[in-house]
Amino acid sequence: MADGAPLAVTPDRAQPDSARQSLAAAVQRREVWLSALALLAFLVGWEWGPPLLGIAPYNIPRLSAVFEEGIHMWVNGDLLRHTLITCFEVIVGFGLGCLMGAVMGYVLGMSRLMEVVASPYILALQIAPKVAFAPLFVMWFGYNITPRILTAILIVFFPVLINVLTSVRSVDPSMIDLARLFKATRAQIFWKIEFPWSLPALFSGLRIGATLAVIGVTVAELVGGNVGLGAELARAEGGANTAAVFVTIILLTVIGILAYVLVILAEKVVLRYAPQRSAGRPAGEIAG
Amino acid sequence: MLRLSFKEVSRFFPPVRGRTGSEGVLAVEGVSIDIEDGEVVALIGPSGCGKSTLLNLASGLDRPSKGEIFVDGEPVSGPNEHVAFMLQKDLLLPWRTIRRNVEFGQEIRRMDAAQREERAQKFLHRYHLDGFANHYPHELSGGMRQRAALARTMMMDPDVLLLDEPFSALDAQTKMVLQQDLAQTVAEEGKTAFLITHDLVEALALSDRVLVMSRRPGRIIEEIPVDIPGRAEPMKRRQHEKIGPMTARLMSLLDIGKVEQTV
Repeated sequence: MADGAPLAVTPDRAQPDSARQSLAAAVQRREVWLSALALLAFLVGWEWGPPLLGIAPYNIPRLSAVFEEGIHMWVNGDLLRHTLITCFEVIVGFGLGCLMGAVMGYVLGMSRLMEVVASPYILALQIAPKVAFAPLFVMWFGYNITPRILTAILIVFFPVLINVLTSVRSVDPSMIDLARLFKATRAQIFWKIEFPWSLPALFSGLRIGATLAVIGVTVAELVGGNVGLGAELARAEGGANTAAVFVTIILLTVIGILAYVLVILAEKVVLRYAPQRSAGRPAGEIAG
Repeated sequence: MLRLSFKEVSRFFPPVRGRTGSEGVLAVEGVSIDIEDGEVVALIGPSGCGKSTLLNLASGLDRPSKGEIFVDGEPVSGPNEHVAFMLQKDLLLPWRTIRRNVEFGQEIRRMDAAQREERAQKFLHRYHLDGFANHYPHELSGGMRQRAALARTMMMDPDVLLLDEPFSALDAQTKMVLQQDLAQTVAEEGKTAFLITHDLVEALALSDRVLVMSRRPGRIIEEIPVDIPGRAEPMKRRQHEKIGPMTARLMSLLDIGKVEQTV
């Protein structure tokens, strides 16, 4: 009865609403179950797959080994402190990068002259691999958190800038005319039309920035320093401790997910007027 | 008393620099129109004949190349309080509720918040939007959105209403209801209105006079008084026996039905 399942999903016009709703709920329950099953399969595969396929533990350690190593690092090392330091760097770098990118985006968006003057540099810097600046920042500022924050700022800056700039340029000119008809000042046009108009694009930039900030911080931590998850990662690599490498990768991923989710929550609050978008909107519409 | 007057107005759009083959466009040429207090004048003409250019000039958003425009006897040098503009697009700001959209103009003019809200309430009520004050524009139908735009326009208490195809995006029935709403407000408050439309029956149903414009460069080629009673009741007026023949006359003036049509 493999072909029976899709038939059951087809909504029947004769059915009362309550029946259709319970059908939808059933479909959703099935999706949840299947997702849970897939996760379980993945975890089981990680635990028993490597030994079964003859993969050495120093290439892919078993799930339980990674878990044990995590506990070990937490208890005997300073895993919590390293995690918090990385979080701090991500938050500060992301915050400053977004702020600077947004301000610059609005300034360039409103002044054609500034954009013309600045655009070649923006283009060049946009193409340059931003993480390549991390070693330079380490040379300038030493083995502390400054190079990490700077790298995060640099990598977050551009997608936010470009998104804001593009949207300020795309404001419906008749909306500006509407405000002008009421004799709006330049500041009123900005705060009442251009700024709210650009918010959805700004949030798209923030979504991209949230994940990029973690990348920037990680690379700068890998380059130098003793604290932070990237430094832990480099140390684990030096000691050929594959399980510890996995632990740090997992934690860095979790930080990235948290940052992304926080941006989405903020977006839901700020853009509550907008028609509900489908949840799975791709993050990289205008990737930097 | 003259509310709105165009004196020998021309508007030439110079060629766009850097674009080859661009020669510039003479949109309107030597247009003179006088609109008395309380009058409703409709303007019809082929697409691209410069109708909207005239309204932009009257609103102060654009300046004429030649001639001058007067509102309430004062030369128009920019946007001013005497006129209000309503377009085919409702231009409601999607991030504002309907009430805050209706308040938008007075907010820009820094009217006191309490007074603004009270006034908005009144206009929401007049245009049958009471239950929708706190809805966002995307939650409303096209007709309701346009009604909100009308409320926002009337909230400014203008002397002269400039209407640029305000109902052309609506379905036929919604359009008639809104025409009725507009005509009643205009009649009750004695407003002056200058209406651009490509709907010939709408022009006849709503106005005291219909002006016909030529192809570009736009000039006024004919003026037709609408001597049908009941300007405040366009629903009834559009059924009047004179509407048919007058529409036919407008069609022949606009060359509608001729095959060549170089639009």
